[in-house]
Amino acid sequence: MSKRPSRIARTGSWLDSRLGLARVARTSLRKVFPDHWSFLLGEVALYSFVVLLLTGIYLTFFFKPSQAETVYHGSYAALDGVTMTRAYRSAVELSFDVRAGLVMRQMHHWAAIVFVAAMVVHLARVFFTGAFRRPRELNWMVGVTLLLLGIGNGFTGYSLLDDQLSGTGLRIAYSIVLSIPLIGTWITSLLFGGEFPGPDIIERFYVLHILLVPAIIIGMLALHLTMVVHQKHTQFRGPGRREDNVVGERIWPTYAVKASGLFFLTTGILAALGGLAQINPIWIYGPFEPSEVSAASQPDWYIGWLEGALRVMPAWELRAFGFELPNPFFAGVLLPSLTFGLLYLWPFLEARRTGDRDVHHLLDRPRDKPMRTALGVATIAFYAVLFFAGGSDVLATEFHLSFNQLTWSLRVALFLVPILAGLVAHRLCRDLAARDAEPPHDPPDPPARGHDRDAAASSDVESALVLDEPEEELEPVAWPPPASVLRSGPPSAKPLPP
Amino acid sequence: MTTRPWAWAAASVVTLAVALGPLVGSGAHAEERLVPAAAEPEEAGRQLFVTGCSSCHGLDGRGTDRGPTLENSGAASAYYYLSTGRMPLADDTQPTRKEPSYSAEEIDQLTAYVASLGDGPPLPEVDPSHGDLATGGVLYRANCAGCHSAAGVGGALSYGGYAPSISKSEPEQIAAAVRVGPGEMPVFGPEAFDDEELESLVRYVRFLQDAPTPGGGRLGGAGAIPEGFVGWLFGMAGCIAATVWIGAKRAGRGTA
Repeated sequence: MSKRPSRIARTGSWLDSRLGLARVARTSLRKVFPDHWSFLLGEVALYSFVVLLLTGIYLTFFFKPSQAETVYHGSYAALDGVTMTRAYRSAVELSFDVRAGLVMRQMHHWAAIVFVAAMVVHLARVFFTGAFRRPRELNWMVGVTLLLLGIGNGFTGYSLLDDQLSGTGLRIAYSIVLSIPLIGTWITSLLFGGEFPGPDIIERFYVLHILLVPAIIIGMLALHLTMVVHQKHTQFRGPGRREDNVVGERIWPTYAVKASGLFFLTTGILAALGGLAQINPIWIYGPFEPSEVSAASQPDWYIGWLEGALRVMPAWELRAFGFELPNPFFAGVLLPSLTFGLLYLWPFLEARRTGDRDVHHLLDRPRDKPMRTALGVATIAFYAVLFFAGGSDVLATEFHLSFNQLTWSLRVALFLVPILAGLVAHRLCRDLAARDAEPPHDPPDPPARGHDRDAAASSDVESALVLDEPEEELEPVAWPPPASVLRSGPPSAKPLPP
Repeated sequence: MTTRPWAWAAASVVTLAVALGPLVGSGAHAEERLVPAAAEPEEAGRQLFVTGCSSCHGLDGRGTDRGPTLENSGAASAYYYLSTGRMPLADDTQPTRKEPSYSAEEIDQLTAYVASLGDGPPLPEVDPSHGDLATGGVLYRANCAGCHSAAGVGGALSYGGYAPSISKSEPEQIAAAVRVGPGEMPVFGPEAFDDEELESLVRYVRFLQDAPTPGGGRLGGAGAIPEGFVGWLFGMAGCIAATVWIGAKRAGRGTA
């Protein structure tokens, strides 16, 4: 054995003496992350975003964001000799003539769908467990901003290709922006460079889509995660878990291994979808012609609720004093403004209603806050009905329904379904909470399950379960924790293994 | 009435051909035919019409209060409705595609009879291989996709009506539908598409029916709605399953 330190160790200490990384690494790698599967949902969004970045970089090598007209002569015979924009042509060439182009395009699109879906699921988890309460209101708002940016960048993304479907979406977006009183006409001219379709929209969306918005998303993500590290992650109530500690696994090695495992699984699922399930076949939709529209034209799911709102909104317009509130304003401007306004303000609205302004690091179970849970379920039901309304023509065709009757049914359902869903959720919460409050009739761990219990207990001893005490050096605590720690746990806690 | 020797000769040839026909073709079917073999197609069609169609369209094909007149429907219309099984009607909703009720020969006879009622559009003769695929695509997206959808899966119309899927249509049926405009579909006459354009259009529709699907499964062809469902039910649900699985893992479990 050589007494000289290894080359890696020497390089490490050379770097450390200049950058001082060791201390930072030691603290951050020893951080403790609480153990619950639902705390990993946000990570799915993060990893989808990484896939979006990687596949997106590949796509930028080949995509040409130009509305200049050109004639296609490529390997897809059904478009041979057709006049189209260079944007659409390059997207078709990406799909047929660029090696791995189509699978990259499809992975990119599926990743966008899962990215926004994962953010919504993560947001629902944070909402239903009350993780947005003090001191995490600001991080909640950063998260809502990320959702908004994700939806916006999804829309600019599929609008770039200049196929018939994306042009139809842009046409609707143009009309929505136009419906904003006073400034609508100015904004549309600024954005599109003139009357629809305008000469500039694709170049502008391209810069927004590949540079500006991703950069803001990365910045917001950094802020989001830094705040989690700084404020520490919330945890569910349980033995040894208090408002002033964090019980879980250390970042290194356990949590890091789990996180990279989840990264690979997420990437694998997206790659499988990208390779096996066709998405957005633009060659079928054809190049955008402003005079045309295809049946069954819908936006991606995260815009679907807006499309649905436009469809079920009665044909009302307000005119007064020489001004007009055009019809698309209500569903296209007012509804999303209210949606995101309420989302941003929710932590403060709830604190005002309940009067609870305390610091919370322990999470609620949804059943413990029936009112909040019912409201959340009703909200989800509201947007779910809107989403189905966004595909009402497909539903009418598929299930042989009258489109007109379906529209009226959806209008009724938009108010009825959320109320019913909220009432059911409220009742369920009350029943579950009441069942929890009853003293258990049987011993909680019957002898028949002793084997499982032993296995769990032994693995707990081996695991790096630690209490992250805020003011002290991190101490690994063998499981079960000392009795003094346990006694301070809430009385409803599950009895410990002996 | 004067006797013409050539007429007798022609009649003998026809009789011989009809008599020998079953020996060459499918004899079993010919025996079941209700119509005298020697009859003209129009006459055979008329007899089929009286039996199967007249209760709604009238004994003379001029319509009743239960069905419209077929005076100017023409061969194109009759062929379209009969060969796609839309006539006779199954119920009182929009005619739906099903197995045709008549044999190919009977359809020809009925078509000939309906054509003889007035001066409706003749059955267009199309050879899709003469058409230009890309031109057909441009025409399809401009004129047909608005109702039948870009992928040809069909779409909703108002008050329960719908534009059907075109995934099973034969070339003659496509061409006939374009010229006739069944139901709520507009009529696209020769001034809209000339015969050459019609062949291109038919070629593109046939291409859509079994177009290659690069990029994997077609997900029903109805655009972003099925894509959203697949994204949630496979993509998101798969990722949630992954978090549950990984979240349940504990350090040390399963290791020696």
